[in-house]
Amino acid sequence: MFAAGCDVGSLTSKAVVMKDGKIIESVIIKSKARPWESADEVMNLVLSKAGLTMKDIQSCVGTGYGRDKISFINEAVSEIACHGKGARWLVPSVRTVIDIGGQDCKALRLDDKGNMVKFITNDKCASGTGRFLEVMAKVMHLNLDELGEMSARSRQPITFASACTVWAQADVIQHLNDKVPIEDIAAGVNNAMASRMSTLANNIGLEKDVCMTGGVAKNSGVVNALEKHLGIRIKRIRREDPQLAGAIGAALFAAEKVSGGAK
Amino acid sequence: MITAGCDIGSLTAKAVILKDGKILASEVVLALAQPEKSATEVMARALEKAAIKIEDIAYCVGTGYGRKHIPFMHADESEIACHARGAVWQVPTARTVVDIGGQDAKAIRVDEKGNVERYVYNDKCASGTGRFLEIIADSLDIKLEDMGALSEKATEKLTLSNQCVVFAETEIVSLVNEGKEIADIISALHQAVANRAASLARGILVEPDAVMTGGVAKNSGMFSALERALGVKLHHVENPQINGALGAALFAADKINGSGK
Repeated sequence: MFAAGCDVGSLTSKAVVMKDGKIIESVIIKSKARPWESADEVMNLVLSKAGLTMKDIQSCVGTGYGRDKISFINEAVSEIACHGKGARWLVPSVRTVIDIGGQDCKALRLDDKGNMVKFITNDKCASGTGRFLEVMAKVMHLNLDELGEMSARSRQPITFASACTVWAQADVIQHLNDKVPIEDIAAGVNNAMASRMSTLANNIGLEKDVCMTGGVAKNSGVVNALEKHLGIRIKRIRREDPQLAGAIGAALFAAEKVSGGAK
Repeated sequence: MITAGCDIGSLTAKAVILKDGKILASEVVLALAQPEKSATEVMARALEKAAIKIEDIAYCVGTGYGRKHIPFMHADESEIACHARGAVWQVPTARTVVDIGGQDAKAIRVDEKGNVERYVYNDKCASGTGRFLEIIADSLDIKLEDMGALSEKATEKLTLSNQCVVFAETEIVSLVNEGKEIADIISALHQAVANRAASLARGILVEPDAVMTGGVAKNSGMFSALERALGVKLHHVENPQINGALGAALFAADKINGSGK
């Protein structure tokens, strides 16, 4: 029995095909202008990689901001629910999930059975979201991976007067003009990101184990800085790409639909 | 007796020369990289306009974020105090001053003498400041000073769903791609900036009469958008952009007169 999850985000779209609780195939693409185009493309890619067609998928759940625009899904489930479920599959002991999306960030707490206890999201302000990093990487002419690696070499991270992406961008340009070492700017950017995320996460109260999902979880600079800010260890996700958490959660919901119960 | 006020803002520098309670000359220049240079430049121009020399200035007060770097001033005063003082001088019945600058926004409640009773201030978030307008003008390739007139041509009411400048910029690009009229987009932008500034202002309980100061007040679209957002009629100030420098010049006159009038 094949089940699929499709997570259409603002920046990237993800699809996962699962069978008997295992991931058969997964794909991440950059999102297109229209969410349904992203969904069609990412799903076609994952199916062809798995050597399957849509007919083989017994159930498919959609999530992400564009979930209501996906034509081929059986059901749409909220991002919060999917991220919680996906994170628990990735790290079974997880109680707190911090997810950074391209245009939002969320923190959620789960109980020992994986039920959602509390959550908080920010999609009103670009600060603390993937967009903040994207804007900074662009003015620094770095790609997002480099931004993470670079900060490890910093001796004197810069600080920002305000969390606002607009002001921070102006500060970064000023520092670049002043010939401040790029590592120090990168580390300052990652710290600012972590500081904003920790404010959000502390709002729901942290409980161990803590893990991070979303693309930014792959940025070691941010994860290390966030650990310092929170004063708690963040369990690294090794089982799969943390960016897939939402799509994995969606595929797990799809599988439950078919098996007709909570397994 | 001649006094001067010099207001070094993030985007523009302003100078006012005051003689016996009347404005002799005023000048606005775009801020240069160093605040010292902006101050020297704007004051030189104002002096030229007034046909006097710096030696003729009995006292000069500086204000604005760059106020500590004005080489020729005798003292400095906070922007809040200067804006309050300037506004009440321009509109004696003013009790609330909403000032939207290039990188900040403030709302001030004042008494009849121009003393500050309470104020709120935002320089932490670019939304609700002139920077929001500047960024969108840039991305739409239109001039900041043309935005007011453009917005008056709006026919369709649009609403921006994002408050954050970064997200709104993306939203506006989508609106353009959808074929929406620039005039309608600018009008929606004005309302978004005004709503943000108004929610700040409500923190001090807006009391009539209210005035709007700062360079953004020269934008007629922003002026009426802020009126709508606050739900009160705003009084026109003749010189909204030099209001802070004017207040500084008035404080300078106090020093010479030896009174706190």
